[in-house]
This record gives sequence, structure tokens and C-alpha cells, in this order.
Amino acid sequence: MSFVHAAASKAAGGAVRVFLVLAGLFWLLPTIGLLVSSFLDAGELDRGGWWRGLTAPARLTTANYERLLADGAITGSLLSTVAIAVPATLLVLVLGSCAGYAFAWLEFPGRDALFLAVVALLVVPVQVALIPVSELFGAIGLFETTAGVVLFHTAFGLPFAVFLLRNFFAQIPRELLEAARLDGAGELRLFAQVVLPLGGPAIASLGIFQFLWVWNDMLVALVFADSANPPITVALQQQVRQFGNNIDVLAPGAFLSMAVPLAVFFAFQRQFTTGVMAGAVK
Amino acid sequence: MAASDGTAAPAAVPAQPARSGRGGDRRRGRPGGTGRTPRSRQARRRRLVAAAFLLPSLVLLGALVVQPIGYSVWRSLFDRSGEVFVGGDNYAELLRDDAVRTAVENTAVWVVFAPAVATALGLVFAVLTERVRWGTAFKLLVFMPMAISMLAAGIIFRLVYDHDPDRGVANAVWVGVHDTFAPASAFPRARPGRDSPLVPEGGAAAGGFATREPVRAGTPVLLPLVGVAPDALPEGTRPARPAPAEPGKVTGTAWQDFTRGGGGRPNAVDAAESGFAGMRVEAVRDGRVVDSATTRADGTFTLSAKADGALLRLPASNFREAYAGVEWLGPALVTPAVIGAYVWMWAGFAMVLIAAGLAAVPRELLEAARVDGAGEWQVFRRITVPLLAPVLVVVLVTLVINVMKIFDLVFVIAPGSVQDDANVLALQLYRTSFGTDADAGLGSAIAVLLLVLVVPVMLYNIRRMRREARR
Repeated sequence: MSFVHAAASKAAGGAVRVFLVLAGLFWLLPTIGLLVSSFLDAGELDRGGWWRGLTAPARLTTANYERLLADGAITGSLLSTVAIAVPATLLVLVLGSCAGYAFAWLEFPGRDALFLAVVALLVVPVQVALIPVSELFGAIGLFETTAGVVLFHTAFGLPFAVFLLRNFFAQIPRELLEAARLDGAGELRLFAQVVLPLGGPAIASLGIFQFLWVWNDMLVALVFADSANPPITVALQQQVRQFGNNIDVLAPGAFLSMAVPLAVFFAFQRQFTTGVMAGAVK
Repeated sequence: MAASDGTAAPAAVPAQPARSGRGGDRRRGRPGGTGRTPRSRQARRRRLVAAAFLLPSLVLLGALVVQPIGYSVWRSLFDRSGEVFVGGDNYAELLRDDAVRTAVENTAVWVVFAPAVATALGLVFAVLTERVRWGTAFKLLVFMPMAISMLAAGIIFRLVYDHDPDRGVANAVWVGVHDTFAPASAFPRARPGRDSPLVPEGGAAAGGFATREPVRAGTPVLLPLVGVAPDALPEGTRPARPAPAEPGKVTGTAWQDFTRGGGGRPNAVDAAESGFAGMRVEAVRDGRVVDSATTRADGTFTLSAKADGALLRLPASNFREAYAGVEWLGPALVTPAVIGAYVWMWAGFAMVLIAAGLAAVPRELLEAARVDGAGEWQVFRRITVPLLAPVLVVVLVTLVINVMKIFDLVFVIAPGSVQDDANVLALQLYRTSFGTDADAGLGSAIAVLLLVLVVPVMLYNIRRMRREARR
């Protein structure tokens, strides 16, 4: 490489760095803003920008969080988010694994057509089901109940779960299953002792993806959840209407609601990424 | 990051389900039964097992996903009470209704811009991060918003877009940049008092003031103004001082000609009156600025002999209102602003998928092109992008579907007063179906419209699965 060429590429490398640093700041700043705000008391926020908190760390306080955690409403709604997200994730994993296994390794008439039908459901918007299911839940007493929200999330998580797990299970070498069959294993044992353990990575990805999906949902909760004890997203959404007067509630509230997803994200980056990528058809 | 190696996933790269179709098909070639039981009995048993594995899922899907589709279509043909059949009236209403039209237009804007911008940024990030050592950290940062809720992102951006430049970082930066080029004045409301030697210059709208009479060197000039609240005076303001006469120079004072508590004489510098610091004074002769100066802390200024015989002017820049920044969440900009928040959330998604695709691009190909003398841009434009085309399509399609259903971000970021202007289909559906004035018929029609919009993607997915199953 000639000297001129090298110098030019060095300059280009510098430009790339500058660009990426600026972009990185752009991505970081909004979150930092809310984070710092969550540690400033309301009076401090009225006097000027949150960025003043960066230069004077002494102004930061955990009082907002303490107040929020002492207030039963927010902790209650966090619990209700857990009460929805955990069962909705487990149900999808169990039902999705079973169906995925059936589509991958069991023979029955109409299997391929049925699987295509499930694939078709991948892109059905949840909005289509809001009115019909609220009428249905109203009729059978599931409206504004945790069970109703859980079932709804499970149903809408299933197409992706079945799609993902069927494709993953189908990649298991047939010889492994045959060998187990020859040892006299029935379908149930085959499923539990061969397919599930081998499908671990896919199941983990799916579980994380579904958990975050449900944890972060607002629309379904807005329609179906118990309005007396709504999940955190709905509880905070109701506060947004007075945005401006209550950043000292909204900012720490938002961070409490983000804590779990962020922890999951950093702890299970790989699985999360896999889930998101596999979900690229959803 | 897992994304960049792209190997762990079963269906990591969107094209990969291709391979997975085989498992089941291969099984078809298996000789039926192992011989221990009659074929028919075994087949029936197998069907029962399959049913047991499938039934719970199918029941849920049937009741909560499939049945609602049919019901929505049916319900959309009835009025709000659900008792009167109205045929296509609800759909006709969709065409008439202003709110729905705004929603359709905004959704179109979303679909055109949001996926394209997010994908373009994702592509740029994916390509550039390969060249820096901290690329992985950068990717992690940009991908992170994918993990949080749209509600949390909405709250984050509600603060970013806050109109008050002392609160919203967007306006803080914007106003900062603006003020660097066009500084705001400390005296937006200053104006000449009664019988002042100053008159509005260039018409009242121009905003500046000039002396009635030409000024003379050696005779101090008085530029009295009133109308600035005492506590609005900038820090460092000093008591006004009559300018000493200087031979061959034009001197003078610009000051607040008002004594607090009364007792000041008009058009005279009294002891308790404040100077106007930092005000620009121009000497104008025949419409041309021949000299200029800036007032000192006590309001005094000195101009050269060139100003002799000219008119003194206090140009409009002295009286410019403080710039309040852009109203990001006003009716005009709210949709682009919310799209900005969306791009912040989803560019990472595009980036990760594209980076995985990029990892599969053969390096030798790029190197060969470089050896042949192709510039980086040419390599990017003619080799990288075409090779990534399939991934780019998947990313774009995914984002388009996603954007058509966008709800939370708009609902949270757009303040109540501009939600009509920021309206999108999914929001209109929610408002129509569950508002105080709910109309389930009209809401169902919007739901059907949303469903129809995703049907092409549905068919594309099915076609792809079938093609892959056949392979």
C-alpha cells in the first residue's frame, strides 16, 4: 500500500471513529438523561436541566426511589407484571415445545398444512383480537383477570414458539431418536429425555424473548388487565398524562420497570440476540 | 456478541429454517412401523399421541387468534351496538372519517421512513463497527433499547423532546447551536421612553432604534431605554455613567432610563440607573454602517471620528427574544419526532441482523476488489450491499410489519393535545374500540384493515416455508 493510500485510510479510520463516538453518544444520552433525572428531586429538576446533576453529584439522591418503593401502588404493579410474565412464558415454552415436537417428529395427516397455518399466524397483529377476545373474556369471566392476560399472551406467543422450536427440533439428528426408540423409549420419554435437552438453546432463546415481550407489553395489558392492579407499563402510562409535573415519579418508575429487562439482556445477550433474530419474521 | 458470529442460532439467519424443513421430511422415508405391532394400530396410536401434543396449542390458537379474525370481519359489518347489519358502511366510514384519514396518512409516513432510516443506520453501523476495536461495545449499546419497553423508551424521549431547553436535551442542544449563531439578547423588551431622542428605525417591525439627529464628536450621546425589568438585567450590570466627552470621538451611554421607586429625570443618567452592557451600537451614514462598538458594563461606548455626523443605531439584534427552540412535540413535528424514538429503538435490530449477514460475506471477495483498486465506497456499494440484499429485505419487511402496528410509542410520546395529529392506525383502533365513545363495528373495520395490510407478508412467509420444505 502506498504512503498516500495509507494516510488516506488512516484519516478515514479517524472519521469512522468520530462518527461512531457521536452516534454512541446519541444512543446513550437519552437514557442517561432519564437515569440522572431519576436521582434528582423535583425541585432540582424545576431549577434546570438534568445535566447539572452530572457536574454536581452531591445533588443526586435516592429519595425518589425510596418514595416509590414505599408506595404500594408501584411495587404492586411490578408484582402484577411478574404474575403475568412468568406464567405466560412458561406456558408458551411448554405448549410450544409439545407442538414443535409434534410438527417435527410425529406423523399425522395434514401435518404440513397445519404447520403452514401456524406460520401464517406469525404476523397476525394483536390488534385484530382485542375486540373479539374482550367480548369472549367478558362472557367467560376472564376479562380484567391475570389469567386472561396470560392466556392472551400465550396464544399470541405460540405461533412464533412453534415455528422456532419445530425448526430447531427438526435439526436433531434422526439417529439419536432412532437409537432411543430402539432402546424402547416411548414418545413421551423421547420428548422429555432427548428432544428437550437437545433443544435447550432454542428453548432458552424463546423463553427470554417471550418473557421480555410480555414484560414490556402495554397494549394487551391496557385492554385486558385488572385496572385496579395493572402491570407496571399501564401504571406508568397513566402517570404520563401529567408529564412535566411528575418526572420524579416517572423517571425512577421507568427504571424500575427496565431493571429486569436490562438485567436479562446483559445476562443472556446471546440467547436474546438469537431470539430476536429468529423472530425476524414475526 | 452472539450476533456477530451468527452460528449459535437454530434459525439465526432468516434463511436458515430452510435446512430445518428436512428433519420431518426425512422421516417420511422411514419404513412404516418397527414390525412389533400392526401398522394400522400403530398409526392410530401415533395420531393420538400427536393430538395430545398439539391440542392445547391448537385450542388456544383457535380460540384467541383464529376465531377473532373471523369475528372481526363479521363484527365489522355491524353497527356500534352490534345488532344492526350495516354491510360496508363501516368501511365507507373509514374513508370519510378525518381521524382515520390522518391515521392512514401518518401510518404511511411511518412505513415509508421508519424502516428505511432504521435499516440504513443499521447497515452503516454494522459495516463501520467492523473497523474499530470497540465495535462490540458499540453494538451492545445500540442494541440495548430493544430490551426495554416502548413505554420506557417513550418516557425517555418525552424528556428528550421536552420543549423547555432547561429540561429537554434536544432543545438544549438546538438552542445552544442556535444561540452560537444568533445570540439572544438580554433586553428583548427594551424600548425608548417618552420624548426619547431614539425612534424606531426601519419601521416598527424591524425592531431596531436610531437617534433622530446625527451625532457630533466631542458631544456625549444619550441612548435612554426603558422597559427592562430590573431583575431581568444580566449579571455584572453596573450603574450607568455619563460618558465623558472625548475630542475627535463619539462617546455616549445606553442605559435603563428608569429609577426604581421614582425620582429619576427622563433622558438623564441618574445615580440609581443601570447601564446596558453588551449592547451593539452602530453609526450609520447614508444607509451604511461606518463604525460600531459594544457598550461596557456601565453602558458607555466609544466610536471613532468616522461616526461624526452619522446617526447612531441600536440594531434589532439587541432586542431579539430569547430563542425558545423547536416544538418537537407540536402538531407539525410530532410524527417525525416519534419516528426518531422508534429508530433509536430499532436501528440496533437492523444492525444485529445485518452484522450477522455481514459475517457470512466472504472476505476474499472484498479483498480481491480492494486489490483491483476499488475504493471503500465502491466495495460497499457494489459488493457488500448486493450480497446483503436478502438480509436487508428481511429486515425491511420485519420493520414494515412492526411499524404498521405501532401503538405504544405514539400513545406515550405524543401529548394528549396532539394525539390527533400523531394518530396512527393502531392508535385509532384503540381509541375507536375502547374510548368513551367506543364503536366496536368501526374498530373491527380498522382491525380488518390492519390484517389486510399484513396479508402479503403472511403469504410470503407461507411461500418461503413451502419452498424450504420441498428442498
